[in-house]
Amino acid sequence: MWKTILRRILIMVPEVIILSILVFLLAKAMPGDPFTGSINPKADPAQLHHLMKLNGLYDPWYQQYWHWVVHLFHGNLGQSYQYQEPVTRLIAGRATNTLWLTGFSMILTYALALPMGVFAGRHEGKLPDTVIRVYTYVTYCIPFFVILVLGIWIFGYVFGWFPTTGSISTNATTWLQTIGSRFYHILLPAILGALFGTVNIVQYLRSEVIDAKRSDYVRTARAKGVPRKDIYRHHIFRNSLLPIAAFAGYSITGLLNGSIFTETVFSYPGMGLLFVNSISYRDYTVITALVLIYGILNLLGTLLSDIILTLVDPRIRIE
Amino acid sequence: MEPTADFLNIKDVSTAFKINGHYYDAITHVNLQVHHDEILAIVGESGCGKTTLATTIMGLQDPSETKITGEIDFEGTNLLALNDDQYNQYRGAKIGMIFQDPLSALNPLKRIEDQISEVMTYHTTLTSDQKHQRVLDLLDQVGIVDPKRTARQFPHELSGGMRQRVIIAIAIACKPDLIIADEPTTALDVTIQAQILDVLRAIQQENHAGIILITHDLGVVAETADRVAVMYAGQIVEEGSAQQIFDTPEHPYTRSLLRSMPQRGNENDDLYVIRGNVPSLQKMPQSGDRFAPRIPWVPASAHEANPTMHQVAPGHLVRCTCYRNFAFPDQALKEGRAQ
Repeated sequence: MWKTILRRILIMVPEVIILSILVFLLAKAMPGDPFTGSINPKADPAQLHHLMKLNGLYDPWYQQYWHWVVHLFHGNLGQSYQYQEPVTRLIAGRATNTLWLTGFSMILTYALALPMGVFAGRHEGKLPDTVIRVYTYVTYCIPFFVILVLGIWIFGYVFGWFPTTGSISTNATTWLQTIGSRFYHILLPAILGALFGTVNIVQYLRSEVIDAKRSDYVRTARAKGVPRKDIYRHHIFRNSLLPIAAFAGYSITGLLNGSIFTETVFSYPGMGLLFVNSISYRDYTVITALVLIYGILNLLGTLLSDIILTLVDPRIRIE
Repeated sequence: MEPTADFLNIKDVSTAFKINGHYYDAITHVNLQVHHDEILAIVGESGCGKTTLATTIMGLQDPSETKITGEIDFEGTNLLALNDDQYNQYRGAKIGMIFQDPLSALNPLKRIEDQISEVMTYHTTLTSDQKHQRVLDLLDQVGIVDPKRTARQFPHELSGGMRQRVIIAIAIACKPDLIIADEPTTALDVTIQAQILDVLRAIQQENHAGIILITHDLGVVAETADRVAVMYAGQIVEEGSAQQIFDTPEHPYTRSLLRSMPQRGNENDDLYVIRGNVPSLQKMPQSGDRFAPRIPWVPASAHEANPTMHQVAPGHLVRCTCYRNFAFPDQALKEGRAQ
């Protein structure tokens, strides 16, 4: 089993290298430069050229790339042109916020989706199953940003139950208040994210449970005289969770992508909002760093999926 | 041990499946007895209701999709009157079932040992050490070479024959009185088939169990069965000892089946082909001889309006009167020329 996992991790090395080259080149290929917009429009073009030269922006791409990689290994992702602050420090602060939001959203997603999926599959065709199915179809049909905007309007504006912007209230001073305020700010976006995130998992799980219910090994278990509730516990539940486990890593990816929407709509200062802003300001260093991080997180997500699958499914282990 | 009175007595059992809101009989008014110490073979082509009969005895039908009538007397209890919990006292404990497809019948995520000992968890009071020992004994009994190793393995690590042995081990773990084997050798190659049949026979002799062997392979029947019931379109059309069925088959369907089997000595002859198909459940004729459309040269007057079983010899029963003057068309021709 460890052999399988080790091999899987080794495969990631070339993936990350290729990813980093692509990310770097794509950022370079974007039109515009970081200085034209941020400096006095009447500035001398010669001075602009001087700045570009000073920052090594005229060097051939492979030299720039090499510098970037060397700095990367020193934990130096460069200086944000927009914020005039090291990119590492800038992202670290935002990443914490995003981690809170996506982490909580993910916990909510699974806490809602697993019982719903199993319940719907078990009572296939009955009323609760129909209700859950209608819910998933409706949610699936509405674009995510529409859900967010509707949610923020109804619960944030009309009822005023939740804050509509920011990650923490300014007058939170004590340790407990800080935690409470953070939690209060992520509650609505996390719930909305979870409502959207449950759809796929519920549908998958439901059909897996229905398949497992009719499978030959469940019939064997019935022929052994195993009571129905034990069949669900020992045979159906674990076997149906296989694809969900395979899904888990990828769903991290989905949540990160979703966080770009969520953070923009809620003006929540996380990585997603930073990403959108730095694109409009051509903040190269931040963009490349963020795309690289998103890319690596994606790879880690798939790695996580594969590791979980190796742990739970004996069929894909290499002895 | 003397062959005891029928310990399984299937009386007038019909099983109907719900299709688009209507119930259609998959098996109709089946009467069968099984004794201790015997292997009863049920033969017939695909779709004739063999497996339905097996799952009906095991109570494995989904009650919301099926309607079962009649009575299944097992050691003095009518199984069909039991609820699911009561049925669980019989399933696995007193009736064991061997399934057709050995790969899909085992849970892919559980070790062999856990799958075998599960049945003992519900029907015995053995400690886990005793269960472990029993698992090893069972694996040895069904002919697994290295029981310790196999017990730790997962189904995908075993060959088809080994998986089938594991299924048999599960079925016999609690020494059931009745074993239902649903095409136990269909998915296996011929050498393994013979070994599996030997295992079944050995178990039957050791436990004095009654075995219902469901198969469409007449070779398997000839090799193992004591008695044979031939099914066609959900009905039993002929029943008798293996000798009676093979030596003096009476019903046109039985005779057609035997004639469509390759025989040594006349390899050059074309095999006999039974015309047509088994009608689907929805199109099943509700009266008359169900086999009549497939022997169209037999005049309608030869059939009964409502075919019943007729005794032709002690223990040898045949449905419908059409067997009396039945001949295959080519044979009739030959006989006519000879006269």
